[in-house]
Amino acid sequence: MSIQKWSASQVAKKVIHNEELFILDVRNADAFEDWKIDGHRFEYLNIPYFELLDGIDNILPNIPTDKEVLVVCAKEGSSLMVAEMLAEAGIEVAYLAGGMKSWSEYLEPVKIGDLTGGGELYQFVRLGKGCLSYMVLSEGEAAIIDAVRFTDMFITFAEHKNVQIKHVFDTHLHADHISGGRHIAEMTGATYYLPPKDAEEVVFHYTPLVDGTTVQIGASKIDVGAIYSPGHTIGSTSFVVDGKYLLTGDILFIDSIGRPDLAGLADDWVGDLRDTLYKRYRELSDELIVLPAHFMIIDELNEDGTVAKRLGDLFVQNHGLNIQDEEEFRRVVTDELPPQPNAYQEIRQVNMGKITPGLDEQTEMEIGPNRCAVR
Amino acid sequence: MKADFQLDAKGLSCPMPIVKTKKAMADLVDGQILEVAATDKGSKADIAAWAETVGHQYIGTLEDDCVLKHYIRKCTNDQIEEMMFDQTIDLEQITSRKGLILDVREETEFAFGHIAGAKSIPMGELETRLSELDKEQEIYVICRTGKRSDMAAQKLASHGFTKVFNVLPGMTSWSGDLTKNI
Repeated sequence: MSIQKWSASQVAKKVIHNEELFILDVRNADAFEDWKIDGHRFEYLNIPYFELLDGIDNILPNIPTDKEVLVVCAKEGSSLMVAEMLAEAGIEVAYLAGGMKSWSEYLEPVKIGDLTGGGELYQFVRLGKGCLSYMVLSEGEAAIIDAVRFTDMFITFAEHKNVQIKHVFDTHLHADHISGGRHIAEMTGATYYLPPKDAEEVVFHYTPLVDGTTVQIGASKIDVGAIYSPGHTIGSTSFVVDGKYLLTGDILFIDSIGRPDLAGLADDWVGDLRDTLYKRYRELSDELIVLPAHFMIIDELNEDGTVAKRLGDLFVQNHGLNIQDEEEFRRVVTDELPPQPNAYQEIRQVNMGKITPGLDEQTEMEIGPNRCAVR
Repeated sequence: MKADFQLDAKGLSCPMPIVKTKKAMADLVDGQILEVAATDKGSKADIAAWAETVGHQYIGTLEDDCVLKHYIRKCTNDQIEEMMFDQTIDLEQITSRKGLILDVREETEFAFGHIAGAKSIPMGELETRLSELDKEQEIYVICRTGKRSDMAAQKLASHGFTKVFNVLPGMTSWSGDLTKNI
């Protein structure tokens, strides 16, 4: 039997199209427990590669013959070794090129919708890490919001779409992933914006992003307007795009809300988070489509692979928007927090420009799931 | 750090560090220590998990710049030999008593964590280093599981030491602080 080499992009299509897949994950049990490739209809078997060095006979009965089988490891080498053993035993099998590392880095651009006057809004879904970035395009210009560190992906996409990147925003100082915003701005001559309240320690130049900051993309009127919405961080800012979309950053997600503790000040910021979610957002139109900066679980994806939902629906369905008692709310967002993301303090330092790790180190820092939410 | 054999797995990526480690371990005899030098960061979690699966003892890892040095001690899972030495003492009691804690594990195991104040004489060196010990003092002999310390206690007794106790269970059950020389 021959072995197929699948790219992260091929696996992403299977996630988005709800296809079946059997994943043999040969990383060690802790790594698998912490983080894996999620799909609605995926099945899993986790056997560390080092338990298979003497052969795969023991696991053969557990490998299905009626569906596609993908072997996955951290970087690729071990999955190839195991795939070769399975192929020798007559099983048709694929392995993931670049392993979980490439999965963590893969971005799938998905169109959210058309904007006034022929503009477009794209969501870049980083399936392996749950990060969501955005690009607003109109009449030869583009704005990017919450770009992840794979700058080439955004720049190439803009070239392909024949637009010039003019504005690059970060809704807040990220703690779970390394921002690509500043570098994209440097490479394209765009303006880089960051909320000043999150930027007290940054060591580079930026343009302040404050309540009411508005930019126009293209000649016709597509506004990207900022709303100060603290709570995840003290500077957290949301955007309303073209009067239709609400980009919530890490404040409000589809099935959860932001956590206030990653900059170390949970108790101080609970009140801000409460005000943003229960007052500021309530003054906005229910018809706005919420576009967050993250998803946590695969169930938050829509049928077409987007992560988006009407604000009015979230007011009804999102548990975090329906805790009437303030004390109960305080308890939920300070006591029921999940573990903090991997290396989140170092990641904040990188995003402040204080440290500049190499690519391998950046990969290490970002390993594992993002954990920016409270459910 | 002391090891009986060295394996250079630098520059190799997964799965090769483990594949080579597995091969190299086959040539060791029971109780010997292998040092594996590797640059693949993932090798740390994997070597520890692999050792646990096959029953070898993962002692620890030193990180020096970009090189990881893993230490593994070979253990074969024969049937458990019975402890022969009658005079034993409970692990929990030894720190409240005045005698000497004598740790007979290998130097490397000792370095990665021992009870504060313990003296290190590896089992293999005991015979030649008896003069460092005082026959009048109580000696609590400890190892990882109680097996090596049982043999060491017998050896001490045969050289006329009478106030000798084998500590049971061994360091694997120690939940107090560990002193490290790394």
